[in-house]
Amino acid sequence: MATTGSPEYRLLGTKIPYIEGPLKVTGRAEYTDDIQRPGMLVGRLLRSPWAHARLRSIDVTEARALPGVFAVLTGEKYPTPFGVLPITHDETAIAVDKVRYIGDIVAAVAASDERTAEAALAKIRIDVEVLPDYSDPRDGTGPVKEPIHARGLLGSNVQKEVVQHFGDVDAAFAQAAHHVRVRGNFAGVTHAFTEPLATIAEATPDGRLTVWSATQVPHYLHRSLSEVLGIPMHRIRVIKPEVGGGFGGKSDPLPHEIVCAALALETGRPVKILVDREDVFYTNHGRHPTQNDVRIATDARGQILAYDIEALIDGGAWSSFGTVTTYYNGVLSMGPYRVPNFRYRGRRVYTTKPPSGAMRAHGGTNIRYSVEVALDQLAERIGIDPFDLRDQNALPPNSTTVNEFRITSTSFRKCLAASREKSGWDQKFRKLPYGRGIGLGCGFYISGSNSPIHFTPKMPQSTVHLKVDMDGGIAVHSMQADIGQGSNTLLAVIIAEVLGVDLERVHVQRVDSDVSPIDLGSYSSRVTFMMGNAARAAAEELRDKLLEAASTLLSLPVSSLVVAHERFQSKADPKVGVSFLEALHTAMERVGALTASGAYNSPAMGGTFKGARAGTAPAYSFAAYVAEVDVDVETGAYRAVKVWAAFDCGRALNRLAVEGQIEGSIHMGLGQVMGESMNYRGTRLLNPSLLEYKIPMPQQMPEVEILLVGDDDPEGPFGAKEAGEGPLIAILPAVGNALYDAVGVRFTDLPITPDRVLKGIDLRRKEGRPWKGA
Amino acid sequence: MPSPGPLRFQLNGHPVEVPAESARILLDLVREDLHLTGTKRGCDLGTCGCCTVLLDGRPTLSCLTLARLVEGRSVTTIEGVSPRQGLSRVQQAFVDHGATQCGFCTPGFIVTATALLRDHAHPSKEEIERAISGNLCRCTGYTKIVEAIQSASREGV
Repeated sequence: MATTGSPEYRLLGTKIPYIEGPLKVTGRAEYTDDIQRPGMLVGRLLRSPWAHARLRSIDVTEARALPGVFAVLTGEKYPTPFGVLPITHDETAIAVDKVRYIGDIVAAVAASDERTAEAALAKIRIDVEVLPDYSDPRDGTGPVKEPIHARGLLGSNVQKEVVQHFGDVDAAFAQAAHHVRVRGNFAGVTHAFTEPLATIAEATPDGRLTVWSATQVPHYLHRSLSEVLGIPMHRIRVIKPEVGGGFGGKSDPLPHEIVCAALALETGRPVKILVDREDVFYTNHGRHPTQNDVRIATDARGQILAYDIEALIDGGAWSSFGTVTTYYNGVLSMGPYRVPNFRYRGRRVYTTKPPSGAMRAHGGTNIRYSVEVALDQLAERIGIDPFDLRDQNALPPNSTTVNEFRITSTSFRKCLAASREKSGWDQKFRKLPYGRGIGLGCGFYISGSNSPIHFTPKMPQSTVHLKVDMDGGIAVHSMQADIGQGSNTLLAVIIAEVLGVDLERVHVQRVDSDVSPIDLGSYSSRVTFMMGNAARAAAEELRDKLLEAASTLLSLPVSSLVVAHERFQSKADPKVGVSFLEALHTAMERVGALTASGAYNSPAMGGTFKGARAGTAPAYSFAAYVAEVDVDVETGAYRAVKVWAAFDCGRALNRLAVEGQIEGSIHMGLGQVMGESMNYRGTRLLNPSLLEYKIPMPQQMPEVEILLVGDDDPEGPFGAKEAGEGPLIAILPAVGNALYDAVGVRFTDLPITPDRVLKGIDLRRKEGRPWKGA
Repeated sequence: MPSPGPLRFQLNGHPVEVPAESARILLDLVREDLHLTGTKRGCDLGTCGCCTVLLDGRPTLSCLTLARLVEGRSVTTIEGVSPRQGLSRVQQAFVDHGATQCGFCTPGFIVTATALLRDHAHPSKEEIERAISGNLCRCTGYTKIVEAIQSASREGV
């Protein structure tokens, strides 16, 4: 892989180490749990052992009387409901009236130390009326005895139903030459970030509340704190320390964050709540367990005529992002292909289990697996190569989908060509020995949501502020939330690139709502695109001020000057120029420190029908992955040996970070394929630990060959699109389809554990259907 | 329970004497009592490796180690494997290769890799993978971590 970028740019396109790297490798990076405040108390949460129960009474008298206990809180003090989507506020900081899953918060304690807090929790007496629990979403689609929420549709547990129909699906199926149906069952999976959830809150006598929290979206936390606690936002200050991974799991405002703040208000002392690993699993908000039913029709040559899709989505106890999930399972099933007729019915049903929410490649992963397996089956049935089938159905650049998504740049066909060639597909497909297989999986994903949550359309989705003073250091303020993906580094690189300065001059400030202009944070793969454009605009404003100053100093028109390394100089004669600092000091005369601001608003897009904006994005990433697998046909154990990952993120601005996102996505996607599963007995989670919920080991990682083939996006910053979530999607079907090529067994459910592989192999043998000679 | 006397051990090359109850866990002692927060708390169950320290030079899960067990022994944390100025070879390699993303698991990996490279100047890829198999990383897929350790070993003498 090339380590040098385009000659157009000094930094962009190269491999740039993360700017926090030196702090992280020495243990000096500060995470929430590393922060100590004077007189800080320990907050602890009492969690429900009941899946569904009405709270008759909670007696906290004994707990409150315990020496060292500063506060005991129950739900009635702050009953205002909240939730990440303004239209579905159905969570409370602490359970009010009812508990809805094992792990729901019933009470909270602030005490001088951990042991006292635990002792106090043990003294809380709760009287409940146990209610029927609901573990299977199929049981909640009609009227139920005890709806989990009053807002369930028509006395059922259905939280959201989406029905969409474009074109005429029945007519398309009637005239189709081929159609397949794939029904899939997908276990829930969770983010398994390494840093547990943690929050510190401190209320001070000046009437202000400061909250430090491991969050991906400081702004939504800020809003929720204000709404639930009844304190105006300007009196609350939210600070985001380093965050040890999120993947969507730290994007909802979470109850413990609000409880921690409430305890700080109660006690007047700083309070820390560290959510232990088991409770992180109960908090969840991971990928929804889903049942998909996908039908695809094509003509005789394999041209897609229609999709007909149903999804039944297990929401768990709360709405969370669920309304979005319900739309995404439909609308994100189509691209990267042109689908002229489309019908979708999606239902998300509450169950009395830990809530599901947004996890990396939210809403676009499970349905994509079903679609890509269906396309693999269709190719086989029609007798054409899976690559050819996809290539002939590819959405062209500058096109519109049947549901009115605006597609601008797409290098999907280049992705197909690259992974086909590099993987040696034509020499391997259906030609490898029994037990060895190769498969193709594709995908696309939004590069930021055009329809941001909690925002009026005329407000920018991202704003970046710059300040530079006599020292020549550039302070950067933004509420984008680096959670390890390298967005701080990208912010610094874009500014250094535009101004021509060394990276070390640029100091990205910690997210602090008192000084950081609002950005909607790290979710929906929005940061590179939106923050990147805002950062570029801010840096260009500053650059123009400096060019004016250089023009004055050199007595040359601005139009004759260019930005060079730490210098502004004449285009015609590079020897004629001034240094960055000379230009800066001149520009500062009479005005002092220079400031600049840049913002990004996505353009208007999307149709006018109900739900039309769901899934609209200013750009989309595209992927075509090939996986080669090796199956031990006696045990069913298998591994991905190599993956060719062709990805279109437009121009890769920091190749090191893009590679890191792709490699990490493949690891996470392989986990969901090969074994990750939140296992339940009824409503009880059986494996809430990293020992029993196993993520892949280093030995399970395949060799990954990354093929970055994207053309510049017309609206992305310097042509860039997202690379944080889209890279996950394609690996799942690539492995599933490779397993079929290896052993001739279709796996439509995830995870595909070795016992299921072995059962499939045995069944095929018993049925006397040999595969590749075996 | 009778309160035991002060706990004496070598911490990052210096003798220390601290009070520690019998049930005190080494991770709590290091993070909460001695304020060395580079060692991370990821699970408290020995499943993630974020809390790895060196005990007499061997990678050890501090969350599963009773503090009293280190009496008279030597404990080295991430702070102890970091030079006073700059970075160690393996730390520099992690930075250069982008082997950190969120960074929460990183101190545990650095401690583990430091011990590996001390004992094996040129470990194979398989030996590296075995050595780090007690450390979980959810961000990188381990690819760049393995590359960084390989690179640090190649630069060694």
